[in-house]
Amino acid sequence: MDKELENNNIIKNKALIECKNVDVFYANQQALFGINLNIGEKEVTSLIGPSGCGKSTFLRCINRMNDVIDICRVEGSIKISNEDIYHPDIDVVELRSRIGMVFQKPNPFPKSVYDNVAYGPKLHGRILHKDDLDEKVQKSLERAGLWSEVKDRLSEPGTSLSGGQQQRLCIARAIAIDPSIILMDEPCSALDPIATAKIEELIDELKDNFTITIVTHSMQQAARVSQRTAFFHLGKLIEVGDTEKIFRSPDHEQTEAYVTGRYG
Amino acid sequence: MNKNFSKRHKAENRFKAYGFFSLILAATMLAIIVGSMIYRSIPAYTNYTIDLEINMTEISLEDGIDDINYRGIIRSSLFSFFPEVQSRSDKRKLFKLISSSATYTLRDFVRENPSYIGKKFYFNVLFTDDSDLFYKGYVDISLPEDERRLDNKEITWLNQLDGTGLVKNKISKNLFLNGDSREPEVAGFWGATIGSLITITVTLLLSFPIGVLTAIYLENFAIKNRITDFIEVNINNLAAVPSIIFGLLGLAVFINFFGMPRSVPLVGGLVLSLMTLPTIIIATRTSLQSVPPSIREAALAMGASEMQVVFQHLLPSAMPGILTGTIIGLARAFGESAPLLLIGMVAFIVDIPATFTDPATALPVQIYIWADSPERAFVAKTSAATLILISLLVLINLAAVLLRKRYEVKW
Repeated sequence: MDKELENNNIIKNKALIECKNVDVFYANQQALFGINLNIGEKEVTSLIGPSGCGKSTFLRCINRMNDVIDICRVEGSIKISNEDIYHPDIDVVELRSRIGMVFQKPNPFPKSVYDNVAYGPKLHGRILHKDDLDEKVQKSLERAGLWSEVKDRLSEPGTSLSGGQQQRLCIARAIAIDPSIILMDEPCSALDPIATAKIEELIDELKDNFTITIVTHSMQQAARVSQRTAFFHLGKLIEVGDTEKIFRSPDHEQTEAYVTGRYG
Repeated sequence: MNKNFSKRHKAENRFKAYGFFSLILAATMLAIIVGSMIYRSIPAYTNYTIDLEINMTEISLEDGIDDINYRGIIRSSLFSFFPEVQSRSDKRKLFKLISSSATYTLRDFVRENPSYIGKKFYFNVLFTDDSDLFYKGYVDISLPEDERRLDNKEITWLNQLDGTGLVKNKISKNLFLNGDSREPEVAGFWGATIGSLITITVTLLLSFPIGVLTAIYLENFAIKNRITDFIEVNINNLAAVPSIIFGLLGLAVFINFFGMPRSVPLVGGLVLSLMTLPTIIIATRTSLQSVPPSIREAALAMGASEMQVVFQHLLPSAMPGILTGTIIGLARAFGESAPLLLIGMVAFIVDIPATFTDPATALPVQIYIWADSPERAFVAKTSAATLILISLLVLINLAAVLLRKRYEVKW
């Protein structure tokens, strides 16, 4: 089985994120067991699996958001561009400034639409000039497909937008810091089908410039947006490979049961 | 089925009626308390006075302003109304009808206006509290003479004076502008009000920053272990400790150990800070906890440091709750008297305090002192001071509402 996994881990694009033997513990409870997973540059990798299988936990390892949880412990190695992100010399704040994250529930700051997008660039002191900042905000909103809808409402609170717009605002906020990686944790689970379709379109466009990893509960979504899919079950990576293969002819029975809806 | 529904509706209506009834009850109680306070305080706002003719024609500046016999001048002016009063004891009795402050107010007036020396003029002096209450109708003449504060002779004199048309009822400036005094007609609550305000300023300046920073540290930075758990339990415990214990602590630590002076607002403020701190810490922690964790995660994922998360996101969102908690704590401290009694802020202080280290008293303590005084006139003063205290508390709470509105975050 490990051999197969190894084979499937060979990817077309260059691997940007390389994970080796990643174990995660919450206090004494082990949540992830020896995950070996490579994520290719500028493509969409979706993580699927039943609830509680550890896919979100794995996602949060990549930008070290698990550090926030006191009882959480991560072992093994995760490398981004050949740099071990759990090395003691790594500055977490700097690391996170290179990785954007979109959460399950839209969580814009209780500030104006403009300030939400401008927050990251200002925070990292990358853009000091007001005109440059305006341009950055516009560009980010355009890339998130939100500009035409909010260009007259920039000073309104971000929380006054609709759910789908809020989520795209969060994506705009994440790409405003020019990350190389965008992590998405079930970004459409709180949205209606129309808003979901818009986000999926957006993900498809963004993959030309960003490496995207998305956790999703929707099989169709994984099939539509991702090039590669990883199936997690009970904290273990069961199978990873090209999305088409995972959905057409998976190597594992469990995977097949899950993607065909017989289980999970 | 139908029966079940009607039963449920009835229960609901009954519950509403209970709620409405208790609201009415509470409102009535409040109205009765405030109403009786207002009614009882009415005599305090005015004081009967008399315009005495002051004859300074035989006095010149060379005598020295401070050496003039002001008391004698007032006495002779008063006695001129009653040529028939001759005996020493009667004269003393007669002079006691007007306030002993008359001598000093005349002296102060002449000091400021020396041009009146050598002239004849009318000067307005206060009656003493007993005469004042007689004019206001609070002395029951039907009582036997020995059960009254004023005997028949005094009452005749007062009626005679009233007949001259020189007796007037005036707004009592003393009540609003003076410090405490042994004479009710001179005593005022301004000294205590200023004392309270200085004390509460010290409390605010100390407890707000210390409390908020402590809460932030405990909530966001401290490692959760037995020591922080122990600290947390103790903070919650301190919030329930009777205030007089804080007074004892202040007496033992600030005054006896550190040798700080007694009766000063600085120590009062320190003691009240100790009392207010747990309230502020608990309120701040609760408000910080009530900020949605998603905001914290969003900011962290954007690459904000822990401190930036706190100051850019958590604190602004938690501000309304923090301010409300702080003001509730301060309002409680403002109305507190027990700890101040122990650190000597119950002293009899005539001067109005100006700094943190001037001897002072506080409004609640002033109310306590007046309520404890035997003179009948202090009853009205006590009610008046209580009303002022309640009004100031209403103002403080109003400020809380306005601040909360201003900083409220809409999600």
